[in-house]
Amino acid sequence: MTVITKQDTNPTSHLTPENIEQLGRDLDAIRQSVLDARGEKDAAYIRKVVDVQRKLELGSRAVLTVSILPPAWIAGTIGLSIAKILENMEIGHNVMHGQWDWMRDPKIHSTTWEWDNASTAEAWKHSHNEVHHTYTNIVGKDNDLGYGIMRVDEDQRWAPFHLGQPLWNFINACFFEYGIAAYDLELGKNLSIPKEKRSEKFQSDLKKTFAKIRRQAKKDYLIHPALGLPTGSVVPILAANFTANLVRNLWSHSVIMCGHFPEGVETFEKKSIPDNETRGEWYLRQMLGSANISGSKAMHLMTGNLSHQIEHHLFPDLPSSRYAEIAPQVKAVFETYGLSYVEGSLPKQVYSAWHKVVRLSLPNGFLATTTAKNAPQQAKLLWAMSTKGKRVRRAAQARLEQTARRQKASSAA
Amino acid sequence: MTTTAVPRRAAITAASTVKPPVSARQAATTPARPGLRGRVRRLADAAVTPLELDDVLDVFHPLRAGAPLRGRIVEVCAETEDSATIVIKPGKDWSGHVPGQYVRVGAEVDGVRLWRTYSLTHGPRRDGCLSITVKAIPGGLVSQHLVHSARPGQMLQLAPAQGDFVLPDPLPAKLLLVTAGSGITPVIGMLRNLYSRATTPATDIVLVHVNASESSAIFRDELREHAEAGHITLVERYDDRDGLLDVAHPVTGLASLVPDLDDRLAYACGPAGLLDALESFHAERGLALTTERFRPVVLGDAGAGGTVTFTSGPSAEADGETPLLDAGESAGVLMPSGCRIGVCFGCVLPLKQGAVRDLRNGAITQAVPGETAPEGIPIQTCINAAAGDCSLDDAG
Repeated sequence: MTVITKQDTNPTSHLTPENIEQLGRDLDAIRQSVLDARGEKDAAYIRKVVDVQRKLELGSRAVLTVSILPPAWIAGTIGLSIAKILENMEIGHNVMHGQWDWMRDPKIHSTTWEWDNASTAEAWKHSHNEVHHTYTNIVGKDNDLGYGIMRVDEDQRWAPFHLGQPLWNFINACFFEYGIAAYDLELGKNLSIPKEKRSEKFQSDLKKTFAKIRRQAKKDYLIHPALGLPTGSVVPILAANFTANLVRNLWSHSVIMCGHFPEGVETFEKKSIPDNETRGEWYLRQMLGSANISGSKAMHLMTGNLSHQIEHHLFPDLPSSRYAEIAPQVKAVFETYGLSYVEGSLPKQVYSAWHKVVRLSLPNGFLATTTAKNAPQQAKLLWAMSTKGKRVRRAAQARLEQTARRQKASSAA
Repeated sequence: MTTTAVPRRAAITAASTVKPPVSARQAATTPARPGLRGRVRRLADAAVTPLELDDVLDVFHPLRAGAPLRGRIVEVCAETEDSATIVIKPGKDWSGHVPGQYVRVGAEVDGVRLWRTYSLTHGPRRDGCLSITVKAIPGGLVSQHLVHSARPGQMLQLAPAQGDFVLPDPLPAKLLLVTAGSGITPVIGMLRNLYSRATTPATDIVLVHVNASESSAIFRDELREHAEAGHITLVERYDDRDGLLDVAHPVTGLASLVPDLDDRLAYACGPAGLLDALESFHAERGLALTTERFRPVVLGDAGAGGTVTFTSGPSAEADGETPLLDAGESAGVLMPSGCRIGVCFGCVLPLKQGAVRDLRNGAITQAVPGETAPEGIPIQTCINAAAGDCSLDDAG
């Protein structure tokens, strides 16, 4: 994708400022209808999910103490994986968004919740709630666009490092919780600063994150396996915890990739966002910047209702259990204002996101200008772009884009 | 919804020797638990991180010792058409109470935890339960919920019993109790306690019980039984039958109802009007009076703004359209902040007292010390403005 302001036809060009403000009011009305209806049923829902999750996790860990028996290992590992996914997605993510603060229950509150993840709640709330949800899909401002290790938009400049991004993305998926922790600390940026110049806040956040990782690892890889000593299940329990963490990481990574990376999702140019962006304009950006996953109720639950990414980005503080119900109304707003509601099945969206990661690992215009015939020259060009410094890279990039444009023009003519 | 009248207590003369109950939870979490028990607990906490052992135990045994103080409703029985007694089995750490004291109760009303205080209407009971008697106030969220929607099995949050509206020990020879409406609730607790003992106390008690009408009088029959048994002298006053009681009136006032009132130690509980009249009446005669006040919460003009005070010291005048975050920052308070558009919940601070208005939809949130959540109500400061004077806890 390309930032909307550089596309041939900007998908918002048909809207007047008055249209956009009216759109804001329409969405506010949907939000208010949920606030008015929200009550006992919603509270019962989240309490039930928390209750089920805790029992499932405890039960699975108990079963795993005899996981020297293969059926116990399989059942326990599946249970623990599901429990960890529920804890991160439907509970942790949403509680930390303040979706349940209205209940005024200090036990289920954004200010007190800590989750089963390497990243601390405090650091995650800053990078996710504050940065990502406010500056969604603004290239150069929303670090979620590629997490700082990938290029997921044509308007992010290509560098040789990006050639490896399919691999980086896969590694990140496997160890996603540590990826999130590093990302929330802005580790890359901070490590590039000389040690003595790093901010005090970073030092203290780093300490807290290490302490959290130690606690998490101690639980999963020390205390729980120790409970398997009497039955000789120490190694199976270790393996089960590793597997459950891996499953949770792969799953949450996939779901989260589907939120903003699939084709059809729009991005925005930093300088095109006014300082005093109105509520309508902010809503419009959220509408275009997110993609939904269609599927069953169970799938929605396991994604923490992030399958309703569009509804979530419009109303990040509404209870997740209400997203499915307002989705048709939100979709109607998209239709009224002639905007496209990006939605697809999980396999389709995962494929689309991965396809983009692979495609953008190469410079813009590279694939379009490559044929079987010129493949050797193109490979040489890519080698030069990767090894011969910035100036060569820029010149080659400009040439590639020019050739691609000409090709497009001549094929159209 | 914002004009809810809720009882709020302030005992005027202290007559109590009750020790403040210590929260057992606090005692249990004091630093460095030595010994085996402490080590086992630390290990258990580490085994369930990021939760604590208590969070896991809460799933199975919410009333155990060491749990946050709460109780389970075991019975709801109607007293009158709009009042009911709720019998509650408290958690193991309930440290008891003295009749006349009140308890802070947190109920989930339509999913939202709201706190109010209610008098305990029994002395310590053999079954270990507590009881509160609640009168449903028109528009009262919590009282309506407790009277009409509370069911056995539901949980309520509790705080330790408090209050100085208790009888002296030993009892004086003569007592005067004046109550109006649900002001009877602390007094019924005292009476039930006195007359459930093996030896009946020798005190001569007069109870003047004022109500709008006979049918709305809570505990009417039980009080008459006490009177018939010779426990008390009951003076029933009904506004619709006898007219409003004018306490100081030389002919129809309190002196005519209780001729020997100068010899009696006096206790009164009821609405402010009655208590004010009683206080000046007793002061004039040089008599002691212990009162318990039911005070309605008065909400300021929602659009008008007010003075915002911060626990760290500063205060600021804010109009009804200025976000509290901006008001705090311009007063030099180091406010936590984030997106500033109501999205990220990075600016949440507890509202300790007063009312605020959501600038997006006008919704009012109100905190009353001693009534609403003890630690304050967390609010987003970037999209809320002052609706009257309010105070925020920025020190936490």
